[in-house]
Amino acid sequence: MLTVESADKIYPNGTRALAGLNLQVEEGEIVAVVGGSGCGKSTFLRLAAGLDQPTHGRIRVDNEMIVKPHPCVGLIFQEPRLLPWLTVAQNVGFGLAELPREKRERRVEDVLRRVGLADYGGRWPRELSGGQAQRVAIARALAPHPKVLLLDEPFSALDAFTRASLHEHLLDLWNAFKPTLVLVTHDVEEAAVLADRVLVMQPNPGRIAAEIEVDLSRPRDRYGSEIEAMKRRILWALDKSLRRDSGEALAPAAAI
Amino acid sequence: MTAIERFDVPGEARDSRAVSATLPNSRKQNRTALRFLLGIALPVVLGIGWELAVRAGLAEGRLMPPPSRIFQTLYDLAVTGELWVHMGATLGRVGAGFLLGVIGGTLVGALAGASRLSREILDPSLQGLRSVPSIAWVPLFILWLGIFEESKIALIAVGCFFPIYLGVLGAIQSVDRKTVEVGRIFRLSTPQLVRRILLPAILPAYVVSLRQGLGLGWMFVVAAEFMGASEGLGYLLVDGQQLGKPDQIIAAIFTFAVLGKITDGLLASASAPFLTWQDAFAAKH
Repeated sequence: MLTVESADKIYPNGTRALAGLNLQVEEGEIVAVVGGSGCGKSTFLRLAAGLDQPTHGRIRVDNEMIVKPHPCVGLIFQEPRLLPWLTVAQNVGFGLAELPREKRERRVEDVLRRVGLADYGGRWPRELSGGQAQRVAIARALAPHPKVLLLDEPFSALDAFTRASLHEHLLDLWNAFKPTLVLVTHDVEEAAVLADRVLVMQPNPGRIAAEIEVDLSRPRDRYGSEIEAMKRRILWALDKSLRRDSGEALAPAAAI
Repeated sequence: MTAIERFDVPGEARDSRAVSATLPNSRKQNRTALRFLLGIALPVVLGIGWELAVRAGLAEGRLMPPPSRIFQTLYDLAVTGELWVHMGATLGRVGAGFLLGVIGGTLVGALAGASRLSREILDPSLQGLRSVPSIAWVPLFILWLGIFEESKIALIAVGCFFPIYLGVLGAIQSVDRKTVEVGRIFRLSTPQLVRRILLPAILPAYVVSLRQGLGLGWMFVVAAEFMGASEGLGYLLVDGQQLGKPDQIIAAIFTFAVLGKITDGLLASASAPFLTWQDAFAAKH
């Protein structure tokens, strides 16, 4: 589905954000990418979205090279990035301009209902709470029915309860459309609750340090012992990747 | 008690929008009427006070005529048709100069905002020219364009040009890269990006710059009409000074104030339907 072949990304200032990244994501799979800051996880997402090009290597979706934004690939940013001059419904329909009006309106109605904002179509973005705005952003990305949906720390600015409810919304949507999800996050609980597979990345240069299968059935109990154990495993792998990077044990304070 | 009342007032003002949305229409109208009355209270009280002072013989009122004399002058000018001729001439000059300034400022601002190269070529020179007091152009414009309409319109156009140029340039430069990225993700072509993202994003700042430009247009039309006009509100000012008619001067100033306020209001309300999405705070101003 989504294939990354030895992708390098070297920024003009010489930073090696990614080095020889290899990755294969299956259709309908949910992959979480975790890692410390500067490990290249956001860079990887920008490459997969076609917003940037790799310096070397290739990224493909269904055998099509990604060199610029592709209709099959949607991206949800860290912030909602709604257009303030469009209503909620117009924002959701933003990527559907080529559809006939009636079809577009039906599609918008459908996704808004799925994110629980059926009555909000006529509102302005400024009238939404942070969680609602991010749900609209999710609806906007899903409206064109992308095969791959990339999420760049989409819930990091929200409080824990809103985040948990958005996880449920996201899983509902995933159940409905079965898109391939690649989720960059720094929240190990988010990774454990949502993902089929967790990739731990490490910096200097950015690469994959560990790969953890999360073979837990859904729905998952985020307060259950299995998720707790999974969180510990991911944290341990993260911690190890950071130690290996600095070549010495971290000071206890830095591990907190 | 009074202290509590005083603290209540700003809170109420801050929430007035939220409140007015749920108020019945009659109370909303009452509030608008009250605001209008409050707005004109100061000039009306001062005017009536001065009128009474002159009538009671406490003040002479020769150099500062009372409102009745000023309105009489305005009325006379209106009845003879002179006022409309002067107003028409001034409005025509402001309109033509403003239009030219808008076209120039918008095009050059868009060009400088769109490409770095053109900005680096254009902007330093324009910033240099901007710091020239616009009145300094008058002799040159008279030499180039003659003493009649063209030189006056050119001066007004120069006055309108700079705030609009700066407004457009600044607005384009401050469009958020993150918003543009949304357009890229949805694969907008360049014309689509301009129409669906850039134009709406710069519109609020553009309207502000248009209003600033129009305000400067009204300032410069006076300067333009001082340099030798046979009609126009500026001519009424000069004429009033030379013939010692302070009532005519004040009548012309009053007309300027009314026209300036009306044209600005028209511009603001023409753009309002496109800006309803803005935050409550900005929308209230």
